[in-house]
Amino acid sequence: MKPIAKKPLPRRFHQARWDESVIFELSQPGQRGVLLPPVEAGIQQEVGNPAQALPEPLLRKTPPALPEMSQIHVLRHYARLSQENLGVDLNIDVGQGTCTMKYSPKVNDQLARSPKLTELHPLQDESTVQGILEVMFRLEGMLKEISGMERITLQPGAGSAAIYANICMIRAYHAARGEDKQRDEVITTIFSHPSNAAAAKVAGYKIITLYPDADGYPDLQALKAALSERTAALLITNPEDTGIFNPNIEEFVRLVHEAGGLCSYDQANANGILGITRAREAGFDACHFNLHKTFSTPHGCGGPAAGACGVSAALAPFLPVPTVEFNGQKYYLDYNRSQSIGKIRPFYGVTPNMLKAYAWVMTLGADGLREVAEIAVLNNNYLMTKVLEIRGASAPYAKGKRRIEQVRYSWEQLTSETGIHSEEIETRVADFGMHYWTSHHPFVVPEPMTLEPTESYSKADLDEYAAMLKQISDEAYADPEIIKTAPHNSTVHRIHNEPFDNPDEWAVTWRAYLRKTGRKKG
Amino acid sequence: MQAKKPRIYPYIPNSAPEAKDAMLRAVGATSVDEFYADIPENLRFKGKLDLPEALQSEAELIRHVDGLLSRNTSTREALSFLGAGCYQHQVPAVCDEINSRGEFLTAYAGDPYEDHGRFQALFEYESMMAELLNMDVVNVPNYDGFQAAATALRMAVRITRRTKVLLPANLGADKLSKASEYLKPDIAVELIPFDPKTGLLDLAALKANLNPQIAAVYFENPAYWGLIETQAHLISAAAHAAGALSLVSTEPLSLGVLTPPVEYGADIVCGDIQSLGMHMHYGGGHAGFIASSDDPKFVMEFPSRLFGISPTVVEGEYGFGDVAYERTSFALREEGKEWVGTAAALWGITAGVYLALMGPQGMVEIGEGLMQRCRYAMRKIAPIPGVKIPFAESHHFTEFVVNFDGAGKTVAEINRALLERNIFGGKDLSTEFPALGQSALYCVSEVHTQADLDRLVAALKEVLP
Repeated sequence: MKPIAKKPLPRRFHQARWDESVIFELSQPGQRGVLLPPVEAGIQQEVGNPAQALPEPLLRKTPPALPEMSQIHVLRHYARLSQENLGVDLNIDVGQGTCTMKYSPKVNDQLARSPKLTELHPLQDESTVQGILEVMFRLEGMLKEISGMERITLQPGAGSAAIYANICMIRAYHAARGEDKQRDEVITTIFSHPSNAAAAKVAGYKIITLYPDADGYPDLQALKAALSERTAALLITNPEDTGIFNPNIEEFVRLVHEAGGLCSYDQANANGILGITRAREAGFDACHFNLHKTFSTPHGCGGPAAGACGVSAALAPFLPVPTVEFNGQKYYLDYNRSQSIGKIRPFYGVTPNMLKAYAWVMTLGADGLREVAEIAVLNNNYLMTKVLEIRGASAPYAKGKRRIEQVRYSWEQLTSETGIHSEEIETRVADFGMHYWTSHHPFVVPEPMTLEPTESYSKADLDEYAAMLKQISDEAYADPEIIKTAPHNSTVHRIHNEPFDNPDEWAVTWRAYLRKTGRKKG
Repeated sequence: MQAKKPRIYPYIPNSAPEAKDAMLRAVGATSVDEFYADIPENLRFKGKLDLPEALQSEAELIRHVDGLLSRNTSTREALSFLGAGCYQHQVPAVCDEINSRGEFLTAYAGDPYEDHGRFQALFEYESMMAELLNMDVVNVPNYDGFQAAATALRMAVRITRRTKVLLPANLGADKLSKASEYLKPDIAVELIPFDPKTGLLDLAALKANLNPQIAAVYFENPAYWGLIETQAHLISAAAHAAGALSLVSTEPLSLGVLTPPVEYGADIVCGDIQSLGMHMHYGGGHAGFIASSDDPKFVMEFPSRLFGISPTVVEGEYGFGDVAYERTSFALREEGKEWVGTAAALWGITAGVYLALMGPQGMVEIGEGLMQRCRYAMRKIAPIPGVKIPFAESHHFTEFVVNFDGAGKTVAEINRALLERNIFGGKDLSTEFPALGQSALYCVSEVHTQADLDRLVAALKEVLP
């Protein structure tokens, strides 16, 4: 036998293409996927069928037109759809900057599937939930140490909900001092996550957004100009979504404090600084982590996520209820907090993710967390070196400087020389079984690309990702048509996007689609 | 002396010294410290974080976590009658199978080309919810039913350009807390009392409170106390007559038997989907839905992602993508509608699996069966001396209030005694609704057999004097 040729870089990928129907088209009359426990004769004899006694306007006339399917057909349909999806388990998921796509350890998922957690009702007597309360208490302790903050709440369901919880606590703090009417402005930066601006707006604030100075750092002069007796808070990410750490962050915090405002630290980008620098040392009053980013809990196609807010002693009285406390003998939930902002969500938070984050920290310990940060940063700077060798790519701002855990690149040169835009590269990347992200809007960096390689990827992984980008760059200069007509190896081909913004054509549901296209049901 | 072996990190491939050195050389750095040059010395954390010693192997970790979790007693090991927003239902095995698949579990924000699967699965979730609700627009899930209600209220305010909303006084205290905080900056909340006999909304009081400032009348069906609001169409009509919107929060599992709220006049419908295939997770299994008509006046006020269907360049292919993305905070930051971000998409996919498994007949059967078990439990508990069922004449779905004022014991005492018999009694309402006295909210489920319900009745008889 002659030797088989070695695998090329990038690999020859083709996504699964099951040509799967929409689930309603798979319906077969009379089929069922699951059965229910029967209602015993004794119950039926006693009460009959109370549903039939409902007043006429409340009783549903026709059953909902859901698909009728046997169990294997439901399973197969969704198993096929899952194959038409990528995730960290499958791809070199460095392309979703700001989102810290790292490996989610399987053992942690397995632990969180224990019926000792999944089958707990949140209102059970405290004596029957000492185990999970201890996990929550211990996780708070870990996050207190990692952030340096006084208390943590694990209640918010995601990072944006944590931003919102923090601004609510800040609002309550100013209200307690009689300054809530006066302090009606929140300052943020354009390279902080959009939810800093958006959640503060919902909380009633006027938003002031700072833009970077020529070096890419948040503009100190602009901050000074924005501060006044109306300043309620600064909400800022650091390192920002450019991967650049703001060396003046302490000065920012000091100036805001001098103006009477508070500072909340969006630590969505904490992965590169675990054990290196903390919110407390920089003087922050509040911070938040995303457990589904830095602390490894899986992203679930966009949640369930989990946010954790850290606060100073001054903000602790305003924490959402309940807090988890320990009296030396038992763990308990404390609702007796008169200045609390109340509830952010039902019950106590996304508990399975708390357990997964706890298990992750337990596996790594202090040395391991620092190793996470250092390798994430090493990987990022290595990938940056490789990307900057590619024709048409650059890393705006802070020329010649290193980055922390991610980089916002620009394809501006490639676009001007070839006409290929970053969004087109994004589509072409799907042909290689990878993911790629431009940036949040607005595109302050022209033709942006944001990569965050975390600690989970090997040198070979990063080389493969860079080889793919290089090939796409080569195509842009030599054969742009292959990019303009991409994807070629994906589940589907280029989608007509116009209907999504046209109210006469958009269809958010199958029934709307049938109605608007004149297709009949069934 | 033996040199200490470097620690190996199975989750961190490049922590191997060989890889680390090669990479440092490639970037021309002598140590990782160079990358942190921008972090001032005084901001550096000195020393080592005070964290527990690492449990590096799976065996050690499992032993440790199992040890903690073993101190919990789950509802599989006891007989539970707790509800109040989190519900014990049988989760079909296929639901867990699908949401455990790494392709879904570990994906995030891929575009419709590499993540066609999640776009289709979430479009189908929206579509099946739409059949349950008889409405054309349903969002990709947001955080939970509390958030869904709070956002629905804000949507109504934006649509009507009015400044007040009316909520029922028998709303759960936690949901009221969330909504009040969320609306606080610019929207006034007023509570409409309930009829103490029926537990339903006081229609006369509602009408008296309606005026041109009211943006929305929000009510729940089934309501927090398990009651089916039989005046629903009258409430909607009253709201509409005053130019307000009718907002209804509903339990999707009830919609095999209950009329979809749109048919009694609801303009926006919202709720939680935890019942549709999510485990309780100690309150960690929630996700919210919001639904409306296809009128752009409503659609453009959703903060959430809305996944839609569209053709591709190849005939016969279904493509998916974001509908009206330009309304979101992703596109417009603070000028978008509230905010959008990571929420609970995997629970949406799971709820879709649940609805497909149940089908139309399953949804009818579960609704009927829950109402039968609920009524049976009420009938059997009512005659116990010292016990009253305050709203027994009203229709109930899965929950009902039990009052123990005549028993000479508090709910806390009764629940302690039930716990000794390995029964989790209903939620204590005595501080949440002092007007109800010593009352508890009991909840039944399809997992309860007649014997389970009879056991509760027997235990209550034992416990009460």
